[in-house]
Amino acid sequence: MAHAHESNTKRIWTVFGILSVITTVEVVLGILKPEALHMTSFLGASPLNWIFIILTLVKAYYIMWAFMHLEGEKASFRLSIVGPLVFLILYLCFILLVEGNYIYHVYKTGHLEWIF
Amino acid sequence: MGATVTTNEHALLDGGPGPLGATYGKMMMWFFILSDALTFSGFLAAYGFSRFKFIETWPIADEVFTHFPFLHGVDAPMYYVALMTFILIFSSVTMVLAVDAGHHLKKTKVAIYMLLTIVGGFIFLGSQAWEWKNFIKGEYGALETTGGSVLQFVDKEGKRVALADFAKVLPEERERLTRDKGVWFMGESSIPSFSVAEVTEGFKANPDIYIRSEFTKDKKKIVLSREESLKRIEDAKYVVEGANLAHNEYGHKLFADFFFFITGFHGFHVFSGVMINIIIFFNVLLGTYERRGSYEMVEKVGLYWHFVDLVWVFVFTFFYLV
Repeated sequence: MAHAHESNTKRIWTVFGILSVITTVEVVLGILKPEALHMTSFLGASPLNWIFIILTLVKAYYIMWAFMHLEGEKASFRLSIVGPLVFLILYLCFILLVEGNYIYHVYKTGHLEWIF
Repeated sequence: MGATVTTNEHALLDGGPGPLGATYGKMMMWFFILSDALTFSGFLAAYGFSRFKFIETWPIADEVFTHFPFLHGVDAPMYYVALMTFILIFSSVTMVLAVDAGHHLKKTKVAIYMLLTIVGGFIFLGSQAWEWKNFIKGEYGALETTGGSVLQFVDKEGKRVALADFAKVLPEERERLTRDKGVWFMGESSIPSFSVAEVTEGFKANPDIYIRSEFTKDKKKIVLSREESLKRIEDAKYVVEGANLAHNEYGHKLFADFFFFITGFHGFHVFSGVMINIIIFFNVLLGTYERRGSYEMVEKVGLYWHFVDLVWVFVFTFFYLV
Protein backbone atom coordinates (compact mmCIF):
# COMPACT_ATOMS: atom_id res chain seq x y z
CA MET A 1 0.00 0.00 0.00
CA ALA A 2 2.80 2.36 -0.88
CA HIS A 3 0.37 4.68 -2.64
CA ALA A 4 -0.82 6.05 0.68
CA HIS A 5 2.54 7.57 1.46
CA GLU A 6 3.45 9.39 -1.70
CA SER A 7 2.31 12.95 -2.07
CA ASN A 8 -0.82 13.49 -4.13
CA THR A 9 -0.86 17.29 -4.03
CA LYS A 10 -0.62 17.64 -7.78
CA ARG A 11 -3.47 15.23 -8.36
CA ILE A 12 -5.60 17.07 -5.77
CA TRP A 13 -5.21 20.43 -7.50
CA THR A 14 -5.87 18.87 -10.90
CA VAL A 15 -9.11 17.39 -9.62
CA PHE A 16 -10.05 20.73 -8.06
CA GLY A 17 -9.49 22.32 -11.48
CA ILE A 18 -11.69 19.73 -13.17
CA LEU A 19 -14.48 20.15 -10.62
CA SER A 20 -14.35 23.95 -10.92
CA VAL A 21 -14.48 23.83 -14.70
CA ILE A 22 -17.45 21.45 -14.65
CA THR A 23 -19.33 23.62 -12.14
CA THR A 24 -18.64 26.74 -14.20
CA VAL A 25 -19.91 25.02 -17.35
CA GLU A 26 -23.05 23.96 -15.48
CA VAL A 27 -23.71 27.47 -14.20
CA VAL A 28 -23.12 29.07 -17.60
CA LEU A 29 -25.45 26.58 -19.27
CA GLY A 30 -27.99 27.07 -16.48
CA ILE A 31 -28.03 30.83 -17.02
CA LEU A 32 -27.88 30.89 -20.81
CA LYS A 33 -30.19 27.93 -21.37
CA PRO A 34 -29.47 27.51 -25.09
CA GLU A 35 -32.73 27.13 -26.97
CA ALA A 36 -31.63 24.06 -28.90
CA LEU A 37 -30.79 22.19 -25.71
CA HIS A 38 -33.49 23.54 -23.45
CA MET A 39 -36.67 23.39 -25.50
CA THR A 40 -36.12 20.04 -27.19
CA SER A 41 -36.66 16.64 -25.71
CA PHE A 42 -34.44 13.61 -25.70
CA LEU A 43 -35.36 10.36 -23.90
CA GLY A 44 -38.01 12.06 -21.79
CA ALA A 45 -36.00 15.10 -20.68
CA SER A 46 -34.36 18.07 -22.37
CA PRO A 47 -30.78 17.51 -23.55
CA LEU A 48 -29.76 20.28 -21.15
CA ASN A 49 -31.01 18.27 -18.19
CA TRP A 50 -29.18 15.20 -19.43
CA ILE A 51 -25.99 17.25 -19.68
CA PHE A 52 -26.47 18.44 -16.09
CA ILE A 53 -27.03 14.91 -14.82
CA ILE A 54 -24.05 13.49 -16.68
CA LEU A 55 -21.77 16.32 -15.48
CA THR A 56 -22.98 15.72 -11.94
CA LEU A 57 -22.08 12.06 -12.19
CA VAL A 58 -18.65 13.00 -13.52
CA LYS A 59 -18.18 15.29 -10.52
CA ALA A 60 -19.35 12.54 -8.17
CA TYR A 61 -16.84 10.19 -9.77
CA TYR A 62 -13.95 12.61 -9.19
CA ILE A 63 -14.97 13.34 -5.59
CA MET A 64 -15.28 9.66 -4.73
CA TRP A 65 -12.26 8.42 -6.66
CA ALA A 66 -9.77 11.22 -5.99
CA PHE A 67 -10.87 12.98 -2.80
CA MET A 68 -12.31 9.99 -1.00
CA HIS A 69 -9.47 7.98 -2.46
CA LEU A 70 -11.44 5.05 -3.77
CA GLU A 71 -8.90 4.72 -6.57
CA GLY A 72 -6.36 3.51 -4.01
CA GLU A 73 -8.67 0.95 -2.40
CA LYS A 74 -9.00 -2.70 -3.34
CA ALA A 75 -11.42 -3.44 -6.17
CA SER A 76 -13.53 -5.61 -3.87
CA PHE A 77 -13.92 -2.75 -1.36
CA ARG A 78 -14.80 -0.30 -4.12
CA LEU A 79 -17.39 -2.66 -5.50
CA SER A 80 -18.96 -3.25 -2.08
CA ILE A 81 -19.62 0.51 -1.84
CA VAL A 82 -20.40 1.57 -5.39
CA GLY A 83 -22.35 -1.58 -6.32
CA PRO A 84 -25.23 -1.19 -3.82
CA LEU A 85 -25.34 2.57 -4.42
CA VAL A 86 -25.67 2.33 -8.18
CA PHE A 87 -28.15 -0.51 -8.11
CA LEU A 88 -30.42 0.84 -5.34
CA ILE A 89 -30.43 4.44 -6.56
CA LEU A 90 -31.26 3.44 -10.13
CA TYR A 91 -34.04 1.21 -8.85
CA LEU A 92 -35.40 3.89 -6.50
CA CYS A 93 -35.38 6.56 -9.17
CA PHE A 94 -36.96 4.27 -11.73
CA ILE A 95 -39.82 3.21 -9.51
CA LEU A 96 -40.59 6.63 -8.03
CA LEU A 97 -40.33 8.63 -11.22
CA VAL A 98 -42.44 6.20 -13.21
CA GLU A 99 -45.04 6.25 -10.47
CA GLY A 100 -44.98 10.05 -10.24
CA ASN A 101 -45.52 10.29 -13.97
CA TYR A 102 -48.39 7.82 -13.75
CA ILE A 103 -50.13 9.84 -11.03
CA TYR A 104 -49.68 12.97 -13.14
CA HIS A 105 -51.61 11.30 -15.95
CA VAL A 106 -54.30 10.10 -13.58
CA TYR A 107 -54.81 13.67 -12.37
CA LYS A 108 -54.72 15.07 -15.86
CA THR A 109 -57.15 12.67 -17.46
CA GLY A 110 -59.34 11.98 -14.46
CA HIS A 111 -62.56 13.82 -13.78
CA LEU A 112 -61.43 15.16 -10.44
CA GLU A 113 -60.27 18.74 -10.39
CA TRP A 114 -57.35 18.79 -8.02
CA ILE A 115 -56.09 22.33 -8.25
CA PHE A 116 -58.43 25.30 -8.55
CA MET B 1 -8.55 -13.00 -5.65
CA GLY B 2 -6.91 -10.02 -4.06
CA ALA B 3 -9.64 -9.93 -1.46
CA THR B 4 -8.54 -13.18 0.14
CA VAL B 5 -4.95 -12.10 0.72
CA THR B 6 -4.40 -10.32 4.00
CA THR B 7 -1.35 -8.18 4.48
CA ASN B 8 -0.25 -6.67 7.73
CA GLU B 9 2.15 -4.00 6.56
CA HIS B 10 -0.47 -1.31 7.18
CA ALA B 11 -1.45 -2.53 10.63
CA LEU B 12 -0.84 0.72 12.44
CA LEU B 13 -4.13 0.57 14.26
CA ASP B 14 -5.51 -2.21 16.34
CA GLY B 15 -6.96 -4.92 14.20
CA GLY B 16 -5.12 -3.91 11.06
CA PRO B 17 -6.63 -4.06 7.62
CA GLY B 18 -9.11 -6.81 6.97
CA PRO B 19 -9.69 -8.74 3.78
CA LEU B 20 -11.01 -5.62 2.03
CA GLY B 21 -7.70 -3.87 2.59
CA ALA B 22 -9.15 -1.16 4.81
CA THR B 23 -8.99 -0.82 8.56
CA TYR B 24 -12.14 -1.44 10.56
CA GLY B 25 -12.81 2.25 11.25
CA LYS B 26 -12.39 3.34 7.67
CA MET B 27 -14.55 0.55 6.37
CA MET B 28 -17.32 1.35 8.83
CA MET B 29 -17.15 5.04 7.91
CA TRP B 30 -17.62 4.01 4.30
CA PHE B 31 -20.57 1.82 5.10
CA PHE B 32 -22.13 4.59 7.18
CA ILE B 33 -21.68 6.91 4.21
CA LEU B 34 -23.28 4.27 1.98
CA SER B 35 -26.39 4.17 4.15
CA ASP B 36 -26.51 7.95 4.51
CA ALA B 37 -26.15 8.32 0.74
CA LEU B 38 -29.17 6.08 0.31
CA THR B 39 -31.13 8.27 2.75
CA PHE B 40 -30.35 11.35 0.67
CA SER B 41 -31.17 9.45 -2.51
CA GLY B 42 -34.53 8.65 -0.97
CA PHE B 43 -35.17 12.35 -0.32
CA LEU B 44 -34.10 13.45 -3.76
CA ALA B 45 -36.05 10.66 -5.44
CA ALA B 46 -39.11 11.71 -3.41
CA TYR B 47 -38.55 15.24 -4.67
CA GLY B 48 -38.46 13.84 -8.20
CA PHE B 49 -41.64 11.89 -7.53
CA SER B 50 -43.53 15.00 -6.40
CA ARG B 51 -42.14 17.02 -9.23
CA PHE B 52 -43.19 14.46 -11.83
CA LYS B 53 -46.57 14.25 -10.16
CA PHE B 54 -47.10 18.02 -10.37
CA ILE B 55 -44.93 18.59 -13.41
CA GLU B 56 -47.16 21.28 -14.90
CA THR B 57 -47.32 23.46 -11.81
CA TRP B 58 -43.86 23.00 -10.30
CA PRO B 59 -42.03 26.30 -9.61
CA ILE B 60 -39.07 27.20 -11.81
CA ALA B 61 -36.04 27.27 -9.52
CA ASP B 62 -34.36 30.07 -11.48
CA GLU B 63 -37.20 32.40 -10.57
CA VAL B 64 -37.11 31.47 -6.90
CA PHE B 65 -33.44 31.83 -6.04
CA THR B 66 -32.38 35.12 -7.56
CA HIS B 67 -30.57 36.90 -4.77
CA PHE B 68 -26.93 37.75 -4.36
CA PRO B 69 -25.41 39.60 -1.40
CA PHE B 70 -25.10 43.39 -1.90
CA LEU B 71 -26.93 43.25 -5.22
CA HIS B 72 -30.40 44.39 -4.32
CA GLY B 73 -33.02 44.16 -6.99
CA VAL B 74 -30.61 42.56 -9.43
CA ASP B 75 -31.88 39.36 -10.93
CA ALA B 76 -29.02 36.95 -10.31
CA PRO B 77 -30.16 33.37 -10.65
CA MET B 78 -27.69 30.60 -9.85
CA TYR B 79 -24.71 32.78 -8.97
CA TYR B 80 -25.19 32.43 -5.25
CA VAL B 81 -25.60 28.65 -5.24
CA ALA B 82 -22.65 28.39 -7.58
CA LEU B 83 -20.63 30.35 -5.04
CA MET B 84 -21.79 28.01 -2.27
CA THR B 85 -20.77 25.04 -4.40
CA PHE B 86 -17.30 26.49 -4.87
CA ILE B 87 -16.95 27.12 -1.14
CA LEU B 88 -17.79 23.52 -0.39
CA ILE B 89 -15.56 22.11 -3.13
CA PHE B 90 -12.71 24.26 -1.90
CA SER B 91 -13.14 23.14 1.69
CA SER B 92 -13.08 19.59 0.34
CA VAL B 93 -9.74 20.37 -1.25
CA THR B 94 -8.26 21.69 2.00
CA MET B 95 -9.58 18.57 3.74
CA VAL B 96 -7.91 16.25 1.28
CA LEU B 97 -4.71 18.29 1.62
CA ALA B 98 -4.92 17.75 5.38
CA VAL B 99 -5.25 14.00 4.82
CA ASP B 100 -2.30 14.11 2.46
CA ALA B 101 -0.18 16.00 5.00
CA GLY B 102 -1.25 13.41 7.58
CA HIS B 103 0.29 10.66 5.49
CA HIS B 104 3.61 12.47 5.84
CA LEU B 105 3.03 13.01 9.58
CA LYS B 106 3.31 16.79 9.20
CA LYS B 107 1.42 18.00 12.22
CA THR B 108 1.41 21.77 11.54
CA LYS B 109 0.30 21.33 7.98
CA VAL B 110 -2.54 19.04 8.99
CA ALA B 111 -3.66 21.58 11.59
CA ILE B 112 -3.60 24.50 9.14
CA TYR B 113 -5.56 22.63 6.49
CA MET B 114 -8.07 21.37 9.06
CA LEU B 115 -8.59 24.93 10.26
CA LEU B 116 -9.19 26.13 6.69
CA THR B 117 -11.71 23.32 6.22
CA ILE B 118 -13.55 24.38 9.36
CA VAL B 119 -13.63 28.00 8.21
CA GLY B 120 -15.00 26.87 4.82
CA GLY B 121 -17.67 24.87 6.59
CA PHE B 122 -18.76 27.88 8.64
CA ILE B 123 -18.88 30.10 5.55
CA PHE B 124 -21.05 27.53 3.82
CA LEU B 125 -23.41 27.34 6.81
CA GLY B 126 -23.67 31.13 6.90
CA SER B 127 -24.45 31.20 3.17
CA GLN B 128 -27.15 28.65 3.67
CA ALA B 129 -28.68 30.66 6.50
CA TRP B 130 -28.79 33.69 4.22
CA GLU B 131 -30.42 31.65 1.46
CA TRP B 132 -33.05 30.40 3.91
CA LYS B 133 -33.69 33.91 5.17
CA ASN B 134 -34.42 35.16 1.64
CA PHE B 135 -36.58 32.18 0.88
CA ILE B 136 -38.62 32.53 4.08
CA LYS B 137 -39.02 36.27 3.75
CA GLY B 138 -40.12 36.15 0.12
CA GLU B 139 -39.92 38.97 -2.33
CA TYR B 140 -43.13 39.79 -4.17
CA GLY B 141 -45.94 38.13 -2.26
CA ALA B 142 -48.84 36.27 -3.84
CA LEU B 143 -52.42 35.18 -3.31
CA GLU B 144 -53.49 31.66 -2.56
CA THR B 145 -56.85 30.25 -3.59
CA THR B 146 -59.10 27.87 -1.68
CA GLY B 147 -57.85 25.03 -3.84
CA GLY B 148 -54.22 25.78 -3.06
CA SER B 149 -53.21 27.49 -6.31
CA VAL B 150 -50.81 30.41 -6.06
CA LEU B 151 -51.60 33.58 -8.01
CA GLN B 152 -48.62 35.81 -8.71
CA PHE B 153 -48.75 39.27 -10.24
CA VAL B 154 -46.90 40.55 -13.29
CA ASP B 155 -46.92 43.70 -15.37
CA LYS B 156 -47.32 43.99 -19.16
CA GLU B 157 -43.78 42.80 -19.87
CA GLY B 158 -44.24 39.81 -17.61
CA LYS B 159 -42.03 41.24 -14.88
CA ARG B 160 -43.06 40.36 -11.35
CA VAL B 161 -44.89 43.00 -9.31
CA ALA B 162 -44.82 43.09 -5.53
CA LEU B 163 -48.07 43.31 -3.59
CA ALA B 164 -46.89 46.51 -1.91
CA ASP B 165 -46.69 48.22 -5.33
CA PHE B 166 -50.38 48.09 -6.06
CA ALA B 167 -52.38 47.01 -3.00
CA LYS B 168 -54.83 49.63 -1.76
CA VAL B 169 -54.87 50.56 1.88
CA LEU B 170 -58.42 50.15 3.11
CA PRO B 171 -59.76 51.45 6.40
CA GLU B 172 -59.89 48.03 7.96
CA GLU B 173 -58.24 46.48 10.95
CA ARG B 174 -57.36 42.89 11.54
CA GLU B 175 -55.95 41.73 14.76
CA ARG B 176 -53.43 38.95 15.07
CA LEU B 177 -54.95 35.82 16.53
CA THR B 178 -52.96 34.89 19.58
CA ARG B 179 -52.99 31.63 21.48
CA ASP B 180 -54.70 33.11 24.55
CA LYS B 181 -57.64 34.34 22.45
CA GLY B 182 -57.91 31.32 20.20
CA VAL B 183 -59.56 28.05 20.93
CA TRP B 184 -57.78 24.73 20.88
CA PHE B 185 -54.30 25.57 19.63
CA MET B 186 -55.45 28.25 17.24
CA GLY B 187 -53.13 31.13 16.62
CA GLU B 188 -50.84 32.65 14.04
CA SER B 189 -47.30 33.90 14.18
CA SER B 190 -47.96 37.03 12.14
CA ILE B 191 -50.49 38.52 9.79
CA PRO B 192 -49.66 39.48 6.20
CA SER B 193 -49.03 43.14 5.35
CA PHE B 194 -52.22 43.29 3.28
CA SER B 195 -55.62 41.65 3.38
CA VAL B 196 -57.13 39.82 0.42
CA ALA B 197 -59.63 42.68 -0.01
CA GLU B 198 -56.84 45.26 -0.18
CA VAL B 199 -54.96 43.29 -2.83
CA THR B 200 -58.16 42.67 -4.82
CA GLU B 201 -59.15 46.35 -4.75
CA GLY B 202 -55.68 47.41 -5.75
CA PHE B 203 -55.68 44.88 -8.57
CA LYS B 204 -58.99 46.14 -9.91
CA ALA B 205 -57.73 49.72 -9.85
CA ASN B 206 -54.55 48.89 -11.82
CA PRO B 207 -55.39 47.72 -15.35
CA ASP B 208 -51.73 47.05 -16.17
CA ILE B 209 -51.37 44.18 -13.78
CA TYR B 210 -52.03 40.56 -14.72
CA ILE B 211 -52.19 37.31 -12.82
CA ARG B 212 -49.57 34.72 -13.54
CA SER B 213 -50.82 31.20 -12.97
CA GLU B 214 -48.78 28.25 -11.77
CA PHE B 215 -49.19 26.37 -15.03
CA THR B 216 -46.16 25.96 -17.21
CA LYS B 217 -46.17 26.05 -20.98
CA ASP B 218 -42.95 25.92 -23.00
CA LYS B 219 -41.01 26.25 -19.73
CA LYS B 220 -42.69 29.56 -18.88
CA LYS B 221 -45.54 30.25 -16.50
CA ILE B 222 -48.81 31.15 -18.22
CA VAL B 223 -49.97 34.75 -17.74
CA LEU B 224 -53.75 35.18 -17.74
CA SER B 225 -55.55 37.87 -19.71
CA ARG B 226 -57.02 40.80 -17.80
CA GLU B 227 -60.57 39.34 -17.92
CA GLU B 228 -59.40 35.93 -16.78
CA SER B 229 -57.33 37.59 -14.07
CA LEU B 230 -60.31 39.52 -12.72
CA LYS B 231 -62.30 36.31 -12.58
CA ARG B 232 -59.47 34.35 -11.02
CA ILE B 233 -58.84 36.83 -8.22
CA GLU B 234 -62.32 36.15 -6.83
CA ASP B 235 -61.05 32.72 -5.71
CA ALA B 236 -58.28 34.19 -3.59
CA LYS B 237 -58.40 33.31 0.05
CA TYR B 238 -55.04 34.09 1.63
CA VAL B 239 -52.26 36.55 1.14
CA VAL B 240 -48.96 34.68 1.15
CA GLU B 241 -45.68 36.42 1.80
CA GLY B 242 -42.59 34.25 1.70
CA ALA B 243 -42.61 30.57 2.38
CA ASN B 244 -43.05 28.20 5.26
CA LEU B 245 -44.13 24.59 5.58
CA ALA B 246 -47.81 25.41 4.98
CA HIS B 247 -47.77 28.24 2.43
CA ASN B 248 -45.39 29.16 -0.32
CA GLU B 249 -45.55 32.29 -2.46
CA TYR B 250 -43.24 30.78 -5.11
CA GLY B 251 -45.69 28.10 -6.15
CA HIS B 252 -46.39 24.57 -5.09
CA LYS B 253 -46.20 24.04 -1.33
CA LEU B 254 -44.26 20.81 -1.67
CA PHE B 255 -41.45 22.76 -3.29
CA ALA B 256 -40.90 24.72 -0.08
CA ASP B 257 -41.30 21.59 2.05
CA PHE B 258 -38.66 19.73 0.08
CA PHE B 259 -36.41 22.77 0.04
CA PHE B 260 -36.51 23.08 3.82
CA PHE B 261 -36.20 19.37 4.39
CA ILE B 262 -33.43 18.48 1.96
CA THR B 263 -31.22 21.55 2.33
CA GLY B 264 -31.94 21.50 6.06
CA PHE B 265 -30.88 17.90 6.39
CA HIS B 266 -27.80 18.61 4.33
CA GLY B 267 -27.05 21.70 6.40
CA PHE B 268 -27.36 19.58 9.52
CA HIS B 269 -24.77 17.22 8.07
CA VAL B 270 -22.46 20.13 7.32
CA PHE B 271 -22.92 21.37 10.87
CA SER B 272 -22.10 18.00 12.43
CA GLY B 273 -19.19 17.70 10.00
CA VAL B 274 -17.80 21.02 11.21
CA MET B 275 -18.22 19.93 14.83
CA ILE B 276 -16.38 16.64 14.20
CA ASN B 277 -13.68 18.53 12.29
CA ILE B 278 -13.21 20.82 15.28
CA ILE B 279 -12.77 17.88 17.64
CA ILE B 280 -10.22 16.28 15.32
CA PHE B 281 -8.51 19.65 14.85
CA PHE B 282 -7.95 19.93 18.60
CA ASN B 283 -6.74 16.34 18.74
CA VAL B 284 -4.22 17.20 16.04
CA LEU B 285 -3.06 20.23 18.04
CA LEU B 286 -2.75 18.14 21.18
CA GLY B 287 -0.59 15.68 19.27
CA THR B 288 -2.87 12.68 19.77
CA TYR B 289 -2.25 11.36 16.27
CA GLU B 290 1.41 12.32 16.39
CA ARG B 291 1.84 9.96 19.33
CA ARG B 292 -0.33 7.31 17.68
CA GLY B 293 1.92 7.52 14.65
CA SER B 294 -1.04 7.61 12.28
CA TYR B 295 -3.37 10.31 11.08
CA GLU B 296 -6.02 7.86 9.97
CA MET B 297 -8.62 9.64 12.08
CA VAL B 298 -8.20 12.73 9.88
CA GLU B 299 -8.74 10.49 6.89
CA LYS B 300 -11.99 9.15 8.37
CA VAL B 301 -13.53 12.55 9.12
CA GLY B 302 -12.24 13.57 5.70
CA LEU B 303 -14.40 10.85 4.15
CA TYR B 304 -17.43 12.25 5.94
CA TRP B 305 -16.61 15.79 4.86
CA HIS B 306 -16.22 14.77 1.22
CA PHE B 307 -19.51 12.96 1.45
CA VAL B 308 -21.21 16.19 2.54
CA ASP B 309 -19.70 17.84 -0.53
CA LEU B 310 -20.86 14.94 -2.70
CA VAL B 311 -24.44 15.32 -1.48
CA TRP B 312 -24.34 19.05 -2.19
CA VAL B 313 -23.28 18.36 -5.77
CA PHE B 314 -26.49 16.38 -6.23
CA VAL B 315 -28.70 18.84 -4.34
CA PHE B 316 -27.26 21.62 -6.52
CA THR B 317 -28.15 19.73 -9.69
CA PHE B 318 -31.60 18.55 -8.76
CA PHE B 319 -32.80 21.61 -6.89
CA TYR B 320 -31.28 24.43 -8.88
CA LEU B 321 -30.25 23.22 -12.30
CA VAL B 322 -32.57 20.55 -13.64
